[in-house]
This record gives sequence, structure tokens and C-alpha cells, in this order.
Amino acid sequence: MKNSKAKKISVFAMMTALAFTLSFLESLLPFNFGVPGIKLGLANVVVVVAVYTMSPFEALAIALVRILLAGLTFGNFYSLAYSFAGGLLSFCIMLALKKSKLSQIGVSIAGAVTHNAGQLLVAGLIMHTSGVIFYFPVLLVAGAVTGFLTGVISKPVTDRLNKNKTASL
Amino acid sequence: MKKTDFILILIVLAVAGAAGLILHFGSDGGEYVRLEVDSKVYDTVSLSENRTVELNTEYGTNTVVIENKTVSVTDADCPDKICVKHSKISKTGESIICLPHRLVVTVVDENEPEIDARA
Repeated sequence: MKNSKAKKISVFAMMTALAFTLSFLESLLPFNFGVPGIKLGLANVVVVVAVYTMSPFEALAIALVRILLAGLTFGNFYSLAYSFAGGLLSFCIMLALKKSKLSQIGVSIAGAVTHNAGQLLVAGLIMHTSGVIFYFPVLLVAGAVTGFLTGVISKPVTDRLNKNKTASL
Repeated sequence: MKKTDFILILIVLAVAGAAGLILHFGSDGGEYVRLEVDSKVYDTVSLSENRTVELNTEYGTNTVVIENKTVSVTDADCPDKICVKHSKISKTGESIICLPHRLVVTVVDENEPEIDARA
């Protein structure tokens, strides 16, 4: 493409819109695990792909914007706070572990687990209650499962993008 | 999937399992239920009596039911109704939380305010 800046903006917009759409899709699914805060985290597929195809700052931008957008649209102030805490922590961990011996799926699992743990921690702090610790085991397992799912979905997408260099800016 | 991934999964499951066991066997059935709104105690009710508490605050309404020494939220007018979907609680420390209504329903041992950093 001739204009690299236009291409950059388009790719960003596309990925953000995709993450937003996935968040919306997820909110329609009647999943109930009996414990609050358990989601499939489909939008995280976009974040993981971003981590593996874009520069750290670009991926961070995607992560933050999608949390902000979905949080403002579908949630309230408190859910936004929890999402930010979990999302930011999760992103940093994933970025750091990218260079480790973990595969993309392993990094995704680590990201999901930290995302949940971060949300739980902030929820406990804001609500002044230590009772949230009872959710800990369930959220860990849910994180492992959803992280695995997210990783499995993001891997082929990442491979294709990197092969065609469509997303590399 | 690499070997390290499996190790990670095992570690996560092991920690979850250990934490689960500790939490489950380390705490007993509680005596009271404390209802907090906005981090302030609204009421503390005995777990021994079956009753229904209709909680009406500026944030919304929740229906808390105490039955057979367990607590559950049977109805609420919050948008996501996560508190309603929550399973019953009965052990000391367990809680059901309704975030939009700033409500925390906790099972406690004594009829006393929780000692918590509240400066």
C-alpha cells in the first residue's frame, strides 16, 4: 500500500472494531458459571494477536482502547475499573512472557489467569471485603480454560498475518 | 503446545486445587449474615432463622433469602443479575456481591463489625 499511515490507522480501527464486536457477542451468550466475572474473553483473541504481530506500544493501545470502549458501552464505572486492572496486568504479563519458553497458547493462558486474578484483587480492594478470595480457585481454572481457548484461536490468525505481513506496520 | 505450557497449566490447576481445598475445609458454616451497602453495615442477621430480607437502597433492590443455614439472592433489579445467578453460600467468609448495587452479603461468625482498614 502506498500510504503507510493510512494503512496503520485502518488496521488499528479494524482490530479495535473486531475486539468490540467480540465483546458484544460475548455479552449475548447466556453463560453462567455461578460466580461473577467469568467470561469467555473472546475479545482477548485480538489482544493476543496484537501482542504477536504489532509493536508493544501498538498492542497496548489496542488493549486499552478495547477495554475503554467495551467498558463504557456495556458496563459501569466499577466494571471498567476492574477490567482496566485485570487487562493492564494481563497485557504486561503477556508481553513479558512472550520471550519466555511458553508458546503463544501458554502466554494466552498466563494472560487470562492474571486478568482474572487482577480483577479479583481490585474488586476486593474497592469493596473492602476479603470474601472475594473464595472466587480464587474457580477463576484460576476458568482462566486456564479460557486462556487456552483464546490462544488456540489466536495462533492460526497470528501465523497467517505474520506470513502475509498484512498487519506488520 | 510446548512442554512449558503443560507445566504452566499444571501449576495453575494445582494452585487452584490447593486453594480450593484450603478454603473449603479451612472454614466452617457461619452463624450470621452481614449485609453491607457501600461498605457500611446495613444489617447483621442470624443464619439460624429462615427468613427473606428485601433490601431497598438508593442503588436498587435485592431479595436475600436465608434458608437451612444458607444464603442466596433470589431476585434483584440490577442489569446483569450476577448476584441472583450466584450459588448459595454458607461458610464463614463466603460472600455474594452485587456490584451495581454496591451490596456485599457475607457469612460471618460474630455479630460484630469486621475489623478492616477503613481510614
